[in-house]
Amino acid sequence: MAELTKELSQVALEDQTVGTPTVIVDDLHIVYKVYGSTSESQKGSAANALMRLVRRQGRPEMKEVHAVKGVTFVAHHGEAIGIIGRNGSGKSTLLRAIAGLLPPHKGAVYTNGQPSLLGVNAALMKELTGERNIVLGCYAMGMSPAEVRERYDEIVDFSGIGEFVQFPMSTYSSGMGARLRFAISSAKTHDVLLIDEALATGDRDFKRKSQERIMQMREAAGTVFLVAHNLDVIEETCNRVIWLHKGKIKMEGDPQEVLDAYNKA
Amino acid sequence: MSQPESALADAQAGGRAPESLAALAARHGLRRAIARPSMPAYLRQLWDRRHFILTYATSRNVSKYSESALGQLWQVLTPLLNAAVYWLMFGVILAQAKHIAHYPAFLVTGVMVFTFTQRTVTGGAKSISSNLSLIRALHFPRAALPLAYTIQELQLLGWSMAVLVVLILVMGLPVTMLWLLVPVALLMQFLFNMGMALFMARVGAFARDINQLLPFILRTWLYASGVFYAISDRTKDLHSVLRWALEFNPAAAYIEFMRDLLIYERFPERWAWTTCIFWAVFALIVGFWYFWRAEERYGRG
Repeated sequence: MAELTKELSQVALEDQTVGTPTVIVDDLHIVYKVYGSTSESQKGSAANALMRLVRRQGRPEMKEVHAVKGVTFVAHHGEAIGIIGRNGSGKSTLLRAIAGLLPPHKGAVYTNGQPSLLGVNAALMKELTGERNIVLGCYAMGMSPAEVRERYDEIVDFSGIGEFVQFPMSTYSSGMGARLRFAISSAKTHDVLLIDEALATGDRDFKRKSQERIMQMREAAGTVFLVAHNLDVIEETCNRVIWLHKGKIKMEGDPQEVLDAYNKA
Repeated sequence: MSQPESALADAQAGGRAPESLAALAARHGLRRAIARPSMPAYLRQLWDRRHFILTYATSRNVSKYSESALGQLWQVLTPLLNAAVYWLMFGVILAQAKHIAHYPAFLVTGVMVFTFTQRTVTGGAKSISSNLSLIRALHFPRAALPLAYTIQELQLLGWSMAVLVVLILVMGLPVTMLWLLVPVALLMQFLFNMGMALFMARVGAFARDINQLLPFILRTWLYASGVFYAISDRTKDLHSVLRWALEFNPAAAYIEFMRDLLIYERFPERWAWTTCIFWAVFALIVGFWYFWRAEERYGRG
């Protein structure tokens, strides 16, 4: 009976406050396999490598890291969910699992469309000009040539790097690089957007701009997940906070309440 | 799950059975994030990413020489210097030039055709393992990476071919109608290389040590492919099976095909066509299928 009322209240909550579910995480467990990182001495020397071959051990000892241990929640349209927790609490792992980049060990992640990590960085090449990187980054996110032409000026404007767009990215200051990367990766509209510590960089002005951009994306598209150590950003941007501790949800709900509890802990 | 720190999660999640979440997902049309697309869907995704593949290949070529003073000139200088080294070794010191007519053109054709395949194989083997951060950050069909590496090498080959054409003209060899078949020869080799790059990408992604081993395998292949010598001269006394194996070698087949067109001025024989087409189709199908089978596992674990 209790189950039924809970289910009903859950449905009612969906209907009244926010839209339809966009991400459902159902009792998710993520287990990493780490090879040979146990200790440098085991892996390093040639003699050890030879001994492994002789003993027919394919690899140095495999270590399993249970990073996410049974996380369950439902995210809806129009929500911005902050994920907080200490280092190693499984925040980034959870994001990667939602993005479909890590396979669940147990449980499942159900999503609407393709959640995307805000992280075009890896596709960019620092030897190339900002101009070429914008085009490359946009294509890497799956835009069409027409979309790239349409968004190009907007990206340059938003990043505020001005004429530096003609210079190689290796000549940029770290702030300029970060701004351009954020401008590129936020140029595409995503159904579900996952942001991992992207707002730590840049000056105050840019921080404000990027927060506005996240709000826009939330309104336009759907759900935003935000991982940050900077709790101010979470407080200002999110309408719901999940506190992860050692791979489990320790607390979840209204940002103010959760952040207060987190700060006391 | 019964530890105190998860009590809240339990309270929120435990009330509803997992089936209800799965049902909720089904009701709203949500799907599991991880699944390998079917082959047709995969091909369509790749086609949608064609602009990325092309731009990525070009960008890699542009960024490659951006640190050096001579810049893009190295795209021409590298194949020229390679050919010069081989000419010194095999043409002058080992005196192959006496036995083979138009030896510089013979040698440069061999070097350039083989280098195309060699570099694609080396690049393909690294295409997944050296792009893990890209794979872990963005969604795209992973085959885009080995394909981009193959296209990158094709662009480089364009420069080499220009050098080769100049060399052939300087040597006084005639321009014939057969030159029209050069793009066909390159296409067949390009398809073969694509298949090889895809195959090696999966091998290199899960067995990293292959990158250490590959230079030796490729050098053996180089010496067996008649780059510096004419296979037909050397194999007269060999057993017919061995001779057949040497001539069926895809690298040798593509080299001989190109030499027929550019140097010997003759239409390639039927067996040459058969071998070249067979390898192009075989490598592409096997390579693509083999790569696709592990699509959801790249960059994980």
